[in-house]
Amino acid sequence: MPKFVGTALVLISCVLLWQALHLLVGESSLASPLRTCAKLAALVVTGEFWANVAETMRAFVSAFAISLTGGILLGIVLGARRLAGNVAEPILVTLYSIPKVVLYPLVLLCFGLGISAKIAFGVMHGLIPITLFSMNAIRQMKPVYGRTAQVLRLSPTQSAFTVILPAILPEVISGVRLGFSLTLLGVLIGEMFASQRGLGFMLMSAINIGQIDTIMAVALLLTVVAVTCNSLLLLLNQRMGYR
Amino acid sequence: MSVAAAKVSVVSPTVSDSPAAVHARLRGVTRVFRLPKGELHALGPVDLDLGRGEFFSVVGPSGCGKSTLLDILAGLSRPQAGTAEFEGRSIQDVPDGVGVVFQEDASFPWLSVRDNVAFGLRRAGVDPAEIERRVDYAIGFMGLKDFASSYPVQLSGGMRQRVCIARTLVMQPRLILLDEPFGALDQQTRLLMGDELLRLWRETGATVLLITHALDEAAMLSDRVGVMSTRPGTFIDFVETGWERNRDSRVVSTPHFGDITARLWEKLRVEALKIMSSGKA
Repeated sequence: MPKFVGTALVLISCVLLWQALHLLVGESSLASPLRTCAKLAALVVTGEFWANVAETMRAFVSAFAISLTGGILLGIVLGARRLAGNVAEPILVTLYSIPKVVLYPLVLLCFGLGISAKIAFGVMHGLIPITLFSMNAIRQMKPVYGRTAQVLRLSPTQSAFTVILPAILPEVISGVRLGFSLTLLGVLIGEMFASQRGLGFMLMSAINIGQIDTIMAVALLLTVVAVTCNSLLLLLNQRMGYR
Repeated sequence: MSVAAAKVSVVSPTVSDSPAAVHARLRGVTRVFRLPKGELHALGPVDLDLGRGEFFSVVGPSGCGKSTLLDILAGLSRPQAGTAEFEGRSIQDVPDGVGVVFQEDASFPWLSVRDNVAFGLRRAGVDPAEIERRVDYAIGFMGLKDFASSYPVQLSGGMRQRVCIARTLVMQPRLILLDEPFGALDQQTRLLMGDELLRLWRETGATVLLITHALDEAAMLSDRVGVMSTRPGTFIDFVETGWERNRDSRVVSTPHFGDITARLWEKLRVEALKIMSSGKA
């Protein structure tokens, strides 16, 4: 059975399950797949919807860029310096396990109401997994690669770009995949509280006035975007799945 | 297979009086590792002269500092005391003209076999036409022609080790250091890889230092075998094998091979027993 057949079966099952649940709990609690798609089609032609999407994207792209560069650099430094890594690892793991939403009031006090708070909250979610994955990638790199670079008399720059970077890339991308989803989650949660714009805000206002179809349409859109990006990163990872 | 010397000649553990052309020289080399629990005297003092074009093997009990000795010659580690020289110059960093093959699989999984072999030459900025020529030769020589565009993950352990040897070979090293390169391979593959290594040694004229724990490998491949003691490792015996240059793995069927192996084991057994009785083995 070709791979796409399996994927299609899973998708069809999901839609059927959704429809069944809709019939079970009723129109007022769960919009049907058809109505959700119709609502989404109606939404995408409005300017207001795209303004919200743009707002969320702005916050997300900034937050993801910070998580990505910060996480990889921090991970490399902590992975290369054993003592620093040993000290930082338990702290990072503990911070990672805190339900970050309880800290959101503090974030709002520090960054004010606006896009900075959303970006900060996204970074709080995405930075740590990327850091941890990058750190472990460096730590688990086979020492013989470093020795090979030495005996081939490579300069430090050559070692970094032609040996270390390709050696750690698969693990780093796994971290980036996780960081991507969590950064998006952080930004959306940030928008759901104390925000006037963005998809998170749109969701919250729809909840307040009981617009089930809008909630479902936004959720569907976000799911499709997140799954697509994740699949692309996974594909990249498999391309490099050389170990 | 004719045997040049009917009897195993045994040289005293002191350094033989300066061979015709000394390629690498160690004098009083000592290595001590500083550990949290104190110091570990790993090696030495060791004296060694490697003749130009010689095939020299080192055997010794595990943990005797064989790999440390190789690291010092490769410039990967500095001795606390003593001097290490290659071609008359003191070894500081990795010297030009020294190639190393490690025991672990060091092939880069993100590069094809061909790119793996060409890796060092490309970083060294060698002319592309020259790279092509040398890589083609090395790939052919190591029997990797049909696998040039494969990736290491598609190859067996023996084939990957060939890739690593080819990657070293293209750099045209004058001294090749091998740290148990066949340690992870099965016996039959090891014998055949030994033949490849002999062929490479004859064709390149390079000096070879092979670290091994396999007595048969040392006895079959080497011109001379150095036997090391338990830690701190020093040479307790040098055994000249007396094989002719044009040898291959078939020497294992000769009585002379048995003599050499027996001689090596006689010395090594005492050292191995020391380790066993100390509970470290």
